[in-house]
Amino acid sequence: MDIATLVQVLDSTLRLATPLLFACLAGLISERAGVFDIGLEGKMLVAAFMAAAIAFVSGNVWIGVAAAVAASVAMALLHGVASITFRGNQLISGVAINFLAAGITVVIAQNWFRQGGRTPSLSGDARMRRIDLPFAESVRDVPFLGPVYHGILSGHALLVYVAFLCVPLTWFVLFRTRFGLRLRAVGENPAAVDTAGVSVVRLRYGAVAICGVLCGLAGAYLATGLSAGFVKDMTAGRGFIALAAMIFAKWRPWHAMGAVLLFGLLEAVANRFQNMEILGLAVPVQAMQALPYILTVVILAGFVGKAIPPRAGGSPYVKEH
Amino acid sequence: MSAGRIPNWADVTLVPLFSVALAFALSAVLIWAIGESPWDAVKLMVQGAFGSSYGWGYTLFYATNFIFTGLAVAVAFQARLFNIGGEGQALLGGLGVALVCLYIPWPHWSLALIAASLGAALFGAAWAIIPGYLQARRGSHIVITTIMFNFIAASLLGYILVNVLRVRGSQDPASPRFPAEVALPKLHEMLALVGIPFSRVPPVNISLLLAIFMCFAVWFMLWRTRLGYQIRAFGESEPAAEYAGISPARITIYVMLISGALAGLMAVNSVMGEQQRLVLNAVEGAGFIGIAVALMGRNHPFGVFLAAILFGFLYQGGAELALWMSIPRELIVVIQALVILFTGALDNMVRMPIARLFALRGGR
Repeated sequence: MDIATLVQVLDSTLRLATPLLFACLAGLISERAGVFDIGLEGKMLVAAFMAAAIAFVSGNVWIGVAAAVAASVAMALLHGVASITFRGNQLISGVAINFLAAGITVVIAQNWFRQGGRTPSLSGDARMRRIDLPFAESVRDVPFLGPVYHGILSGHALLVYVAFLCVPLTWFVLFRTRFGLRLRAVGENPAAVDTAGVSVVRLRYGAVAICGVLCGLAGAYLATGLSAGFVKDMTAGRGFIALAAMIFAKWRPWHAMGAVLLFGLLEAVANRFQNMEILGLAVPVQAMQALPYILTVVILAGFVGKAIPPRAGGSPYVKEH
Repeated sequence: MSAGRIPNWADVTLVPLFSVALAFALSAVLIWAIGESPWDAVKLMVQGAFGSSYGWGYTLFYATNFIFTGLAVAVAFQARLFNIGGEGQALLGGLGVALVCLYIPWPHWSLALIAASLGAALFGAAWAIIPGYLQARRGSHIVITTIMFNFIAASLLGYILVNVLRVRGSQDPASPRFPAEVALPKLHEMLALVGIPFSRVPPVNISLLLAIFMCFAVWFMLWRTRLGYQIRAFGESEPAAEYAGISPARITIYVMLISGALAGLMAVNSVMGEQQRLVLNAVEGAGFIGIAVALMGRNHPFGVFLAAILFGFLYQGGAELALWMSIPRELIVVIQALVILFTGALDNMVRMPIARLFALRGGR
């Protein structure tokens, strides 16, 4: 593999990791608060559709992003109503949200645009512009720094940088603020939080809403940054890869970034090469596609360190009387 | 929000019916919102699914798939295990069917049916036992592992179809056609024996009888055998079951074996009964519909049977909608999602008004 190809692959790794990173952090915050969320996929899909549809109609990508976040938060609140207020099964609610998204995006897309469940392609201001980082042009020909800074790091849409900034932000909020402490406590021992006079319900709704915002950004980037428009089922399992990355990272923000970069790299390599040879062994493209899931199962099985979810995850909180 | 007591008969009839009514009402609003008439849509769906033996044939064909996957989810739910992996298990079941049909020369379809059923069940069970084992012995969450196994199954099948089973020189990732000897008798041939005319077009076949038989078998297993008692006891209360000497690990693994086998059996209907070859998307989401079917059928085989017919009707009716009105087929996915939402996640919300009604009657 020559340098140019390597730069290309790493460049697209960053792009492919971005929606995964948003969704992974979204799931992380929700699950840290004790609300399991397997509906990341659905929220991303709804957001992707809304972003593309509204960006096309308004001609402004940021109005599209706002609509995407609003739609995703609405879905997140539906999950909240089912799993916090009505104490329903959080996993089943997540499954329902995924199907709701898969169905309703196509029904509405067909009704609005009549293009077989897709939106028209976006162009100009309806798509996310690529940003050149300062001095990117001037260091272009510097050895090493040039390819890394100009070739890989520079020239992405704003949301790519936002996603990576969300990593330290999430870490800070979770581990250095009172809100974060309470949020983690509510996922481990909600009764203790309740005894301290803090509302479990409000905290969990807060976490679910943040999860909605981040999934909204994930979907918006997918439809207006990574691609130029919405097509049916365009998330294609990314919500589940993000879920896998979250488990792989054992619910920790910095590790989450590592996990999504690894999974992004796998996707980038699988896109670039149909069949790879590693140490004389032909690796089929399907093995690359399945690798994130296999790695997650191995981690879950505790063969390489143990992945222990927040203790109160998945169970609704019932106040004692 | 302590939902009051609801008599058992109401719990198994009124609650699911009310949930479905809510799901249908919201779907009607959606149809109206996209500028179509809900009333016309319902008429078209009922006409398309039940108005002819052609429609009935397709409805029953889809229902056969959903009975298998619904039973698979229901058996797991009885032990309070959520098997989302029906999709992957059915994919692997298809591989089992294809290997049996392609590599062994069968003199008669009846022998092939028995062997293919065993192959489908075996492969489905084998795909389910790994998550089952990991949950039982290593404590990994079964929902996550079964989701992951769906994706792994899709990749594995993709690899096998492209690199192993694909017809030489063909671009299509599909296995060769099965020999004509293993074609299953269709419903119209079976009904012709007793002199009932039936459309020859729909792929509904003898697997329907296998599905109905499995409903009885699952009922018998759950309510008339020691294992079934243990499964239900385990589902009611794990500590109590353990105290009574039931091993949670053993029950988890057994339940996943049975569940995976049932999901795998779906391939007998779709792969052997309809397509007559193995293709990439042989399952087409039926594994997931099993979740809605089990929830609506209250995890009881008879309930699963009725719910599977309802979803068969939705699928056949939905195809007609897509054909004659400008309502895409995905509307059915919305209805399916709403059914899962109301019967599964918002169960307590649906129960409340019904419980209040009974409290009013009983309280006076």
